[in-house]
Amino acid sequence: MKRFFWLAVVVIASLTLVLSGCSSSSSGDKSSSGNEKGGNKVLVFGRGADSTSLDPAVVTDGESLGVTKNIYETLVEYKGQTTDVGPGLAESWDISADGKTYTFHLRKGVKFHDGTDFDAEAVVYNFDRWKNGNDEAKFAYYVSMFGGFGDKSVIQETKAIDKYTVEFKLKTPFAPFLKDLAMSPFAIASPKAIKKYGDKYGVDAAVGTGPFKLKEWKRKDTITLVKNKDYWQKGKPKLDGLIFKVIPDNTARLNALKNGEIDLMDGVNPSDLKDIKNNKDLQIFYRPPMNIGYLGFNVEKKPFDNPLVRQALNEAVDKQALIDAFFNGTAEPAKNPMPPSIGGYNDAVQPYEFNLDHAKELLKKAGYPNGFKTELWTMPNPRPYMPNPDKIAEAIAHNFKKIGVDAKIQTFEWTTYLEKLAKGEAPMFMIGWTGDNGDADNFIYTLLSSDAIGSNNYSRYSNKQVDSLLKKAQTVTDENQRQELYKQAQEIIHKDAPWIPLFHTKPALVGKSNIKGYQPHPTGSDSFVDVDLAD
Amino acid sequence: MPEPLHASKAGKGREDGRDQKAAVGRTVTASQTVPAIVRCKIRKRGERMLAYSIRRMIALIPVLIGMSLIVFGIIRAIPGDPALAILGQKATPESLEQLRRSLGLDKPWYYQYFSYVKDLLSGDLGTSIRSGAPISREIWPHLAATIELSFVAMLIAVVVGINLGILSAWKQNSAIDVISMVIALVGVSMPVFWLGLVEQWAFSIKLGWLPSIGRDDIRDPVAAITHIYLLDTLLSGRLDQFWEVVRHLVLPSIALATIPMAIIARMTRSSMLEVLRSDYIRTARAKGQKMVWVVYKHALKNAFIPVLTVIGLQSGLLLGGAILTETIFGWPGIGSYIYDAIQFRDYPVIQSGILIIALMFVLVNLIVDLLYAVFDPRIKYK
Repeated sequence: MKRFFWLAVVVIASLTLVLSGCSSSSSGDKSSSGNEKGGNKVLVFGRGADSTSLDPAVVTDGESLGVTKNIYETLVEYKGQTTDVGPGLAESWDISADGKTYTFHLRKGVKFHDGTDFDAEAVVYNFDRWKNGNDEAKFAYYVSMFGGFGDKSVIQETKAIDKYTVEFKLKTPFAPFLKDLAMSPFAIASPKAIKKYGDKYGVDAAVGTGPFKLKEWKRKDTITLVKNKDYWQKGKPKLDGLIFKVIPDNTARLNALKNGEIDLMDGVNPSDLKDIKNNKDLQIFYRPPMNIGYLGFNVEKKPFDNPLVRQALNEAVDKQALIDAFFNGTAEPAKNPMPPSIGGYNDAVQPYEFNLDHAKELLKKAGYPNGFKTELWTMPNPRPYMPNPDKIAEAIAHNFKKIGVDAKIQTFEWTTYLEKLAKGEAPMFMIGWTGDNGDADNFIYTLLSSDAIGSNNYSRYSNKQVDSLLKKAQTVTDENQRQELYKQAQEIIHKDAPWIPLFHTKPALVGKSNIKGYQPHPTGSDSFVDVDLAD
Repeated sequence: MPEPLHASKAGKGREDGRDQKAAVGRTVTASQTVPAIVRCKIRKRGERMLAYSIRRMIALIPVLIGMSLIVFGIIRAIPGDPALAILGQKATPESLEQLRRSLGLDKPWYYQYFSYVKDLLSGDLGTSIRSGAPISREIWPHLAATIELSFVAMLIAVVVGINLGILSAWKQNSAIDVISMVIALVGVSMPVFWLGLVEQWAFSIKLGWLPSIGRDDIRDPVAAITHIYLLDTLLSGRLDQFWEVVRHLVLPSIALATIPMAIIARMTRSSMLEVLRSDYIRTARAKGQKMVWVVYKHALKNAFIPVLTVIGLQSGLLLGGAILTETIFGWPGIGSYIYDAIQFRDYPVIQSGILIIALMFVLVNLIVDLLYAVFDPRIKYK
């Protein structure tokens, strides 16, 4: 026991030393925890969860695509903070008159991180890999954006005309094509690396042409990227390194930012924004919205099969009050099923005004003078388009009660919830959508066409006129004509009111005040090629 | 002042189980050993201990089979389709169907179970559905992170808890006693996530003494060798990094240590109170030995067995991963690894992860059982 006694003494003594030592070295540490360690400009981005894979073609989660955006590049790129497309790995392109042939002229002298050349063969290799993937789960985005594998795909053939020219032959004119190509999942990876690593590609290696190279991935912890010194854009990137660090808890992440351990973070609690605004060391960035949070009605279920009932409930929601109460300025009220930043948004649509008396009248007209009992389903966890769904559902149910509609709030675990919505089990539900490619098709067709019943059309809304407008808009290549079609569709949808469009959130990000040139992109995948840290 | 022997609810339930097992596994002989045959006995003792360990290991097999069946059953009973969990809102009916097929989820459950066990027996823990990486390779860094944190937390809990317990038993009913037991009570009842956030606020943001998250300096990461960073930094001779790792360990390990510390303190106190009243302590005092000596040498040794049991159980619990602490401190341990897997219905990861945690729990308790003999020579393993 004597030995134990001395062990205890030694341990206590050393612990005391550790703790006191920590305080003495504090001043030295504060300065070194800045960005200048070893003269390197390294930016640390704090986020809530880890990536799944670094092969962008096989993932669908934002945490993966946010990283791959900086390792890889696409043929065309979104410009600035918009979803308009401009040159990327392709310097220019021609579209044939029938809208079925796209010819891309590739940038010369671009190399993959493993030293191999980027050329037409590499582009063809990547597209053929996806097209012949034959595994719907693996290349999920390819299937959902281009309609399927092999012959089902809208891309009939990808052909290398010469070393720097690629031709895409489409089955039908397909208007969202360019915007799809700009999506991070369709970034071009090194064919050599894909062959070399096989199934382990994306887990053990990630080789693109982008401004940063993968150095190390410590799972559930950090992904370390370093500057690609041979990057084709001279003088870029400005950072020497970019690290993605997982800190699951929002408050803990903010603590780490204030303490200088990270430089930038997403997932800020709206309630913390006031405090952050008063902090000189921090700045707030808002991501332009590319999402919609809504309350959907199951139009096959009584009484929601009656448009009057749906309109009445539309008039019973005070969106601005909800935004003031729950969002702290990080959302805008919605009136259409897609955000205003997207081409084709119909600003002429007049939103349903909040008017309880009129809503009651509409209910009476619909045959429910005393209202009715129903259920309002809500999400169990925060989503990007709705930070606290349970509270928002409660507030909405409270308003519904004022017009006699007694909605009991129901919730399920997230995957179960999605499953039940897809099966059409919910009478009334809270849900939302984050856009993929910044195209109207990706909102209206994906969420409200008859084709999407059973998957994302949880309202089971089906209108032949809308369907034909949406189908037509997919084939027209003239952008103005397309936008006109979407505007018409939005008008019909507004009258039919299968949803109560609630809000478009513009999530806040917080960073150190010395961050320069950071422009959060609506898709949620941010490029750090122009980002710099001031001294 | 009489005090219940069992310090906490959790401690009590486990304690009863321990007694039963003890009754089966070992016998306590009260007779004193004869000095002349001591050496021979020691050798025999060693052999017996080895045989006992081996038997316990064999007894593990049915436990693990039962464990794997229960885990297998429970996770399949959770509603929610793994294919949908993986593909999320962007899923199409075709892609869902295809994924189910490639995951083998379209096969009957017994087929799934036996192919899982077959893989396990050949040492294959399976492949993560979500990342596509082999679990045996993925799991170790997380396990190492948890082991490191738990070890340091237990060290703090044991050292502080035992001394707090001794002090309050020794000075029973004094101010020290009251204060120590209030600390212990607060320690048991304090929510860990709250304590963690307060620690970060005080020691990182306000005082700036300690880092608030992670295992190492994000900008100067430790090169992983064993993934136990305290070792890795020493192996690579980076004392500056070693120091960083220690600093990163302070806040999370204190947060994690509070509950075990409080339980150990209370258990030590009640156990010590009993021993301090016994005759041989009075004799020792009467012989003029110093109180410190009596308490730490004579009393603690006898009072230590129940405390050791609690230490074993608590270590087992901590090794199971402390999801709250890991979440607050961005600590990539086994708890958050499995928690993430549950979110994504990553069946293989959940199954293998829980199995490994169960294995560790059982192993820690085996070690504790063996340690009993070190502290009490009357205990023999049959």
